[in-house]
Amino acid sequence: MRLDVKKTYKLFIAGKFPRSESGRSYQVKDSKANHVANVALASRKDVRDAVQAARAAQPGWAGASAYNRGQVLYRIAEMLEGRREQFITEISSLTGKTQKQADAEVSAAIDSWVWHAGWTDKIDSVAGSMNPVAGPYFNISTNQPTGVVGAFAPQGSALVGFVNTIAPAIVSGNTVVVVTSENLSLPALTLGEVLATSDLPGGVVNILSGKESELASWLVGHMDVNAVDLEGTSNPTELEISAANTVKRVIRPGTYLREGSKGNLQHILDLMEVKTVWHPKGH
Amino acid sequence: MQAEEIVGSRLTNQSLSRWLHSLPGVDKVGLEARAASLATRSIKTTSKVWGLDMAIKMMDLTTLEGMDTPQRVRSLCQKAMTPDMDDPECPTPAAICVYGDMVPHAKAALGKSKIYVAAVATAFPSGRASMKVKLQDTKDAVAFGADEIDMVIDRGAFLSGNYLEVFKQIQAIKQACQRPKGKPAHLKVILETGELQTYDNIRRASYLAMLAGADFIKTSTGKVTVNATLPITLLMLEAVRDWFDQTGELIGVKPAGGIRTAKDALKYLVVVKETAGERWLTPELFRFGASSLLNDVLMQRKKLLTKTYLGPDYVSVD
Repeated sequence: MRLDVKKTYKLFIAGKFPRSESGRSYQVKDSKANHVANVALASRKDVRDAVQAARAAQPGWAGASAYNRGQVLYRIAEMLEGRREQFITEISSLTGKTQKQADAEVSAAIDSWVWHAGWTDKIDSVAGSMNPVAGPYFNISTNQPTGVVGAFAPQGSALVGFVNTIAPAIVSGNTVVVVTSENLSLPALTLGEVLATSDLPGGVVNILSGKESELASWLVGHMDVNAVDLEGTSNPTELEISAANTVKRVIRPGTYLREGSKGNLQHILDLMEVKTVWHPKGH
Repeated sequence: MQAEEIVGSRLTNQSLSRWLHSLPGVDKVGLEARAASLATRSIKTTSKVWGLDMAIKMMDLTTLEGMDTPQRVRSLCQKAMTPDMDDPECPTPAAICVYGDMVPHAKAALGKSKIYVAAVATAFPSGRASMKVKLQDTKDAVAFGADEIDMVIDRGAFLSGNYLEVFKQIQAIKQACQRPKGKPAHLKVILETGELQTYDNIRRASYLAMLAGADFIKTSTGKVTVNATLPITLLMLEAVRDWFDQTGELIGVKPAGGIRTAKDALKYLVVVKETAGERWLTPELFRFGASSLLNDVLMQRKKLLTKTYLGPDYVSVD
């Protein structure tokens, strides 16, 4: 007779898997209200550490070639494919979905990574522009990553909503601090293990599980965060006001659908800044 | 008290040697464990606000680079006078620490503010020059109006056991700090602990400097691999505490180099309180030599006041 070795679900910060700085944890229940796992309960200091890690990783990730970022994102899809069974089990246990429905959700998540991987080197081809100006200049507008993104994944989605929250942010060279759904956090935290083995530099994605009510004001108010995605928050107006103090970009809840196997180019562009350069023409 | 009285005989290299080597040896393991245990203490809320403000007041805001310019010194002085643009209540650092030739620029920029100007002298950081040059270096800085002089000891002489030579040099520099009119410049003696090899040597150098008339003993120049550490500062604080018990003279301590975060600064304050006592928790008797510490302390201070984490975009670029 042997006892099963249960997994402790931990945070993902700077490429490592720390417990919460606060030492706290909470119980995650399955769809029948049975206790399935203990999960680290992140505190504001974990937010602080995660933002620091994201800031440190940002120049390197943005500086990687678009081709390289695309390869890394595709690698995430490959790794996710290899752990399909584990995600199916977690999703169906937490949400009560059938095996078939859970399998479809994992497929959608994998496809979404592939869809986003393709975009890394095409954003400017589609959204950049060569502007006509009166003078002997090339005038070019290109899109640059905004920096560190603080995001709240949708509360009602176990995996695909989470993927469709982080992928649009990191595609262009942003780094992200993301708070998972509180009750459906297991697949998101397991995805951290996938990211850690996908050549994604540490700190590009930082995953926190915890109470939105406790973390939101700290993450959204943090002056070193450049944009916030409030999808999973319940009180967006107050947070928007807080974000306005430091002129952050804000994505309001419900702006983008996050269930499908494809993202939305506008979602990617919402987390970018337009840079316009003038360059003298030769004669 | 006169040096002879303390040493107990006429000052020769032998008598100084005997006196310094009769100091009790340092318990390395005990010292490091004590420093490590004090470093775990948690300082929160109002104590933290007090500690951060005190850390700013104790700071010698420093720029000691070969590439220093008058403009850079002026901008540093501006920063010292208004550390936080949004908060006029924010305390100011104790002093600006620069090379001797920058003293006039610092003096002019600081104007009537209460911030002192400290100048490093005596062929800083190596101290390898003739006594004539070291004296002139000091006199120049004093003549330019430096309020404080940070001198380096001759580590070569110290390590070869030539204690009397080190003693005499410190005394001579102390003499050069005098002004015909007005207050003499305060003398800080840099032991450069990173080059002294052992804790025992650091204890001896501390006593030697205090015997020769140092107003402050300072750990390091910031130019070698090992700079200020918590155990070394604790050891020097013990030395000034015991010196006070023995002679009634109050000597200050200045750790310098490698203190970059508010968290570090608070650890040092705990060590000061628990070693020398609350009497030393004043800029008159304890200083931090630092260049990048101020920004981190300001960010922490603002975080406590606004409940919002700051980013490096919101403090000055040094």
